[in-house]
Amino acid sequence: MLKYVGHEVKRVDGLEKVTGYAKYVDDLKMAGMLYAKIKKSPYAHAKILKIDTSKAAALEGVKAIITGADVPNRVGLYLEDKTFLATDKVRFVGEAVAAVAAISEEIAEEAVELIEVEYEELPGVFNAMDAIKHDAPLLHEDLGNYKYGPIFFPKPGTNISNHYKIRKGDIDKGFAEADYIMENEFYVPHIQHAPIENHSVIALTEPTGKVTVWSACQSPYAVRKALSVAFKLPLHKVRVVTPAVGGGFGGKAGTTLEGITIPLSQKCMGRPVKLTYTREEDMVGSFVRQGCVAKIKTGVKKDGRIVAEENTFYWEGGAYTEYGVNIARAGGYASSGPYDIPNVKADSYCVYTNQPVGGPYRGFGMSEIHFAIEQNLDMIAIQMGMDPVEFRKINAIKDGGHTVTGQQLYNVGITKCIEAAEKDIEWGKTNKASGPNKLRGKGIACMYKAPSQPNNVASAALIKINEDGTANLMVTAMDLGQGSNTALTQIAAEVLTIPVEKISIITGDTDVTPYEWQTVASRITYCAGNAVKKAAEDAKEQLIKLGSIGLGLPAEYLELRDEHVVSSIYPDKKKSIASMALGLEMPDGSGVHGPIMGRGSFIPPNVRNTDKETGQGEKPVAFWTFGAQAIEIEIDMETGQIEVIKVAAAYDVGKVINPQLCRGQIEGGIIQGIGSALLEHQIMEKGKVKNPNFVDYKIPAVRDVPEMVIRMLEIPEITGPYGARGVGEPAMVPTAPAIANAIYNAIGIRINSLPLSAEKVLDAIKNNKSVACKVVQNNKGADGEGQVTCGIN
Amino acid sequence: MKHEISFTINGEKVHLEVEPNKTLLKMIREDLNLTGAKEGCGAGECGSCTIIIDGKAVNSCMMLAVEADGKDIMTVEGLAKSGVLDPLQDTFIKNAALQCGYCTPGMLMSAKALLMRNPNPSEDDIKEAIGGNLCRCTGYKVILDAIKEAAGQIN
Repeated sequence: MLKYVGHEVKRVDGLEKVTGYAKYVDDLKMAGMLYAKIKKSPYAHAKILKIDTSKAAALEGVKAIITGADVPNRVGLYLEDKTFLATDKVRFVGEAVAAVAAISEEIAEEAVELIEVEYEELPGVFNAMDAIKHDAPLLHEDLGNYKYGPIFFPKPGTNISNHYKIRKGDIDKGFAEADYIMENEFYVPHIQHAPIENHSVIALTEPTGKVTVWSACQSPYAVRKALSVAFKLPLHKVRVVTPAVGGGFGGKAGTTLEGITIPLSQKCMGRPVKLTYTREEDMVGSFVRQGCVAKIKTGVKKDGRIVAEENTFYWEGGAYTEYGVNIARAGGYASSGPYDIPNVKADSYCVYTNQPVGGPYRGFGMSEIHFAIEQNLDMIAIQMGMDPVEFRKINAIKDGGHTVTGQQLYNVGITKCIEAAEKDIEWGKTNKASGPNKLRGKGIACMYKAPSQPNNVASAALIKINEDGTANLMVTAMDLGQGSNTALTQIAAEVLTIPVEKISIITGDTDVTPYEWQTVASRITYCAGNAVKKAAEDAKEQLIKLGSIGLGLPAEYLELRDEHVVSSIYPDKKKSIASMALGLEMPDGSGVHGPIMGRGSFIPPNVRNTDKETGQGEKPVAFWTFGAQAIEIEIDMETGQIEVIKVAAAYDVGKVINPQLCRGQIEGGIIQGIGSALLEHQIMEKGKVKNPNFVDYKIPAVRDVPEMVIRMLEIPEITGPYGARGVGEPAMVPTAPAIANAIYNAIGIRINSLPLSAEKVLDAIKNNKSVACKVVQNNKGADGEGQVTCGIN
Repeated sequence: MKHEISFTINGEKVHLEVEPNKTLLKMIREDLNLTGAKEGCGAGECGSCTIIIDGKAVNSCMMLAVEADGKDIMTVEGLAKSGVLDPLQDTFIKNAALQCGYCTPGMLMSAKALLMRNPNPSEDDIKEAIGGNLCRCTGYKVILDAIKEAAGQIN
């Protein structure tokens, strides 16, 4: 019987946040602080010929100026292709080319205007398909000299920074067996993370050369490592402190402004330098979600079984793909969705473009590929006269079935998720619309996702038991709002039987809190959760050992109960945790053991490399989360406006650590999914972002919220803490394709690109711009009946 | 040239000299060290800088500090009285109506201004009141629940 895990424990950070007390980086003020601003490139692709900073340097109040020459070292999480300021050339509009630190923001701003940069403009590439042409201008001529991880495959001499391949089964045989072969194409544009907190960093250099940054970041340790490489500092001379973070969604996963503020602070010894991006700078100069072109060719039998699939994804990675290469990889190893397809050929290309830098975004490629996969399934089902729900059930991965990498899975919840969503949306029942020119429709979409992380990424936790029986839990898992501080505290409380309110959690200081790879990938409840559980169990073992000596009873008959070591046979024989926190006091006044400190370390077990040529492997990922959303919409035929009426979401999240917070993740994900489906699109003209503000780039507001029915299925992940899986990202993945499928269900029009804006929907209605499958009836010659040319609408 | 202004903030009288081009948000955050109100966009589009002036919710990034002269201002720091939370603060915690917390101070102040002038708001009144407050985390439903529950307590 669990006392804390699985219960709706209130957020441990609630009080500090409702009182306005919680401190985010931009709230921090330090004595002698300087303020930084950056000089940005007006060109998408240009050589830097000359930078003249003399006028800026002469301005009173300016304390330091840096250019690319001050930060020449290339860095990157997976591919070291970026510098913190442009060096030889600029590769996107808005790229930082110089930076100033001054005694006020206003002076810094004025100084930036005085910096003169001479450019020689170069031809650019503004979409993936142009960028892969053999005569396309190259963004990174030196790609062959960049360092990268062994699981990535850049193609020097091209704009392709990663080509990830899947070769499963025999694709030719699969297509030969198929009764029908259908081809579809989809496009997902760039979107913004848009956390309400913009990026902000303060850097301070001490006389010893030690650098401290206070950074609004998701991953203090990954940031520390990148900074140590960039500035050739040993790790103990770099300290990353992360106070409260105002939302991340992937946008704060890597390094951002640290690399600009550190060199400025090195020139102003002892004075902290703060750089906070404006909303416009944040929307252009920090990570965006990459655009993605997806082409899917499917071979299907008359009974509805998919027997072959050929997927090609082209990711518009932007100017630097240090992080984006891994999104292409994730798209590859998940390329067929949660379906068991025996023969698959997939090619996922990360492509440089002269656009803002693509990076991790909630879902890490899954939202993009599932927009294609899940519409593709509906198009095939409808073409074959089958019900989309039944078609999914036929092809869904079953227990003992295989993923696209050949991984055999058990405890697979996808079919149960489909059934739950089907029931909650009342699939098959058409509801009356609210007005004469309105039509209702329902659509469904599924998803699966695994944490996209290197095989052996590590997590650690420390627990100190205090002499009054309270405890301090230390981790570097960051609570970005998802509630990890609460969930991890619950796990520690459960093992130690110490109530949640008696545990204080400390996070995000690389000099103090133990290692955590990154807070990304919906991995924290699972990875950090396991580390915390082990740390608590380590402390528990020490307490039981001391209890055994103190009570004179064998350890195997002792347990922790209500903050005491208690005999499981004689419940009145007990000793409080508090009394042993600093060690056991013996009857003669001597002591043994000393303070109780629990240590927990975790690496996901048995995750191994896949074959380089085929992508096949037994366990390439730590775990999978499955889910489905069924959505009812109403279309206004006069305006094209889509209203989402109801979302029925069902997720197999394994053990739910905190139902209230888990529901919050799913609700928040659905609304973010609705934003990406209906509203959001980073509009670019030759790489220049035209809508870098909340007036022209709308995110959902309170009136965009539909009825939401959330179901959390608890099919355990055996390696997860108490059986938990991750949920943060999966929450938004199926929303957009489910809405697109609902549009087709309502009006028979297929739109294969995002966003499904009123303008686009109305245009499709008025001009009958539906796209359809390109269908080939196999063995009856090419281009059989029903063939329609593909295109993006 | 600096301007001399006087106003009340969270019940305390304040006299200040401010630059004519300084925003009210900047003055509150930098001169008074009340950092609850946040800058999310600097253009009145996200609502995270919302404070209450003479009973009305306003975006403090869109007002100049000099305009505060003679006004009665409340920020999130003034919501709890003598250590007792405002019902809205209680119900936001209870309903988990916050995640990252960055929009929370602005959201609370928009809701507070609503309940001050209309203790029994309809759902539409609530949506109208927080329509300009963007939250990227929660999906809003729990925020609506929290405000509704607080309205019940105020009755």
